[in-house]
Amino acid sequence: MSFLNHLINGMGLGSVYAIIALGYTMVYGIAKMLNFAHGDIIMVGAYVCFFATSTYGLPPLVGVLLAMLVCTVLGVVIERLAYKPLRQAPSLAVLITAIGMSYFLQNAAQLLWTPNPKIFPQFFATTNPDGTQQTAIPLFDGALNLKYTTIVNVAACVIIMLALTWFTGKTKMGKAMRACSENKAAAQLMGIDVNATISLTFAIGSALAAIAGVLYLSSYQTLVPTTGSMPGIKAFTAAVFGGIGSIPGAFLGGILLGVIEILAGAYISTQLANAIVFAVLIVTLLVRPAGLLGKPVAEKV
Amino acid sequence: MKKTLKLSKTSKGNFATYGMVILAYAILQFLGSNAVREGGLLSPTLRGQLVPICAYVVMALSLNLTVGILGELSLGHAGFMSVGAFSGTIAAIALQNTIPAGGPRLLIAMVIGAAFATVAGILIGIPVLRLNGDYLAIVTLAFGEIIKSLITNLYVGKDANGLHFSFITNNMRLGEGGQMLLNGPMGINGINKISTFTAGFVLILIALFVIFNLVNSRSGRAIMALRDNRIAAESVGIPVTKYKMMAFVTSAALAGSAGALFALGQNSLISTKFDFNTSILVLVFVVLGGLGRMWGSIIAAAALTILPEALRQFSDYRMLVYAIVLILVMLATNNPTLKGFFAKLFRKPEEVETGKGGEGK
Repeated sequence: MSFLNHLINGMGLGSVYAIIALGYTMVYGIAKMLNFAHGDIIMVGAYVCFFATSTYGLPPLVGVLLAMLVCTVLGVVIERLAYKPLRQAPSLAVLITAIGMSYFLQNAAQLLWTPNPKIFPQFFATTNPDGTQQTAIPLFDGALNLKYTTIVNVAACVIIMLALTWFTGKTKMGKAMRACSENKAAAQLMGIDVNATISLTFAIGSALAAIAGVLYLSSYQTLVPTTGSMPGIKAFTAAVFGGIGSIPGAFLGGILLGVIEILAGAYISTQLANAIVFAVLIVTLLVRPAGLLGKPVAEKV
Repeated sequence: MKKTLKLSKTSKGNFATYGMVILAYAILQFLGSNAVREGGLLSPTLRGQLVPICAYVVMALSLNLTVGILGELSLGHAGFMSVGAFSGTIAAIALQNTIPAGGPRLLIAMVIGAAFATVAGILIGIPVLRLNGDYLAIVTLAFGEIIKSLITNLYVGKDANGLHFSFITNNMRLGEGGQMLLNGPMGINGINKISTFTAGFVLILIALFVIFNLVNSRSGRAIMALRDNRIAAESVGIPVTKYKMMAFVTSAALAGSAGALFALGQNSLISTKFDFNTSILVLVFVVLGGLGRMWGSIIAAAALTILPEALRQFSDYRMLVYAIVLILVMLATNNPTLKGFFAKLFRKPEEVETGKGGEGK
């Protein structure tokens, strides 16, 4: 039963990674850049939600929406100011700019909100009649504890994945997005506004990062300006694991990464959990060099 | 007689780089000498920074070999530095009684650091170099994180019987007079600082010598051919794996000796010092200095190590300013108008400042 418990917890954590990875993968698919500042947008979203709910006493849902709004604007502004002028530049230059952006966001957060850790409120809890807070549903006489956060994470992740699949597959904007990721010049000739499409991708990715930030902090309550970097790196790993540029791949990669991390921590060694996650990634990439669901690109000779 | 003295353009450039390093060393040595020290030309903070600057310069040079010459993006270079730092420091502490003199002990530490990093480079290079582009980058990142985790859980102790190792939990029973060298997450404490600026300077010269000679050899040309077009190079019979490994392992070995130099200039050492951020920091030196340009890496590494110190008067804002400077420099160096302006100014065919990215094509 404890295995099932760990598996479910892993899926909960993995769902958060998957949501971040979806943002990563979409931005990578269209802009062909590793957006290192993505992890820090998670942190900004979490801070916005924290202040909205704790300081101003707004309901959690409003807090999340506000965080999404702020992150969307932030994502689009970053793209316009820092990445758009580098569209023609070599990819390493864009990478360094993204790293600079990541430093900038972390240090700005440190100045604005001080490095002291903030304790994120517990959103997903019910109050028992005796006043204690309950955060999980005990099943089978308490042998299995189903945490509310896990349920919300998995549900949110599945909904987002389905919505994105529908969006990129069926809507006009989504098709434009896929066209741009295939060939920007050809898309432009077909009358697609490439700049607007890229902005839209950054907007969606950043909004997802805000949701992920709130969900991540609901499980790991300590919020500091560098909170975003580790989940950012993990989600990046998840996106590559599943095949970067692929939406189902990011979903699968995220879930698997979370499950492996929790199981490795529970059964092998807590200290080595991260090392095991990365080792699994390396082995996977050796067997499938384009990730689990990535399409291998044929080389032009 | 005149003919033999005529140097090629590359050799001139290389000698200029050597000259620049020697000149910088001479000036800094003079400024740091006792006669001038009273004048306060070289602040104590800057003097303390000299050894780390040398270590970072060697790191940048070695990463430039991987990123600039081999053309593969590595995000885990700090891992090799870490291997070199810990193996070198443990060797230096273990040999403290056998070889009391600092200089030879530092030399042995750097050689051992380089040796261990070479082994790590070979082990990592075999799987990593089969991949391309961003996938290669993420695997190097993964290896960097794995090295960090492994060293965090490693315990090393010394007693009369020799060295003892244990992993994850510290379950060793040290004999009489035993001493813990590496204490897992607590790292190494009480390192006796034996690194000197002169040793750092010599290491920079060695690194330059190794890299220039590799780059301007037959192997170096093969490596650059792989960078420019792997398929074409392969089709004319260049063994891909061999030359990729050559560049990657050389780069790892240099990073290992830089790690030993860095560590032996510190009081204490923990494995989290060599994390992803350190790898990125070195990558920033390389990209800002110009890919494949060794003198650029030297200047960028030295300037960007001093910059946060120089910005200390802005205290809280210094890292923010650093980030903004980084973004603005990237935007400016890639601005087509500015580039055209500089190209006109210097009357040279326009060269791409940052070269080709890590994506292969």
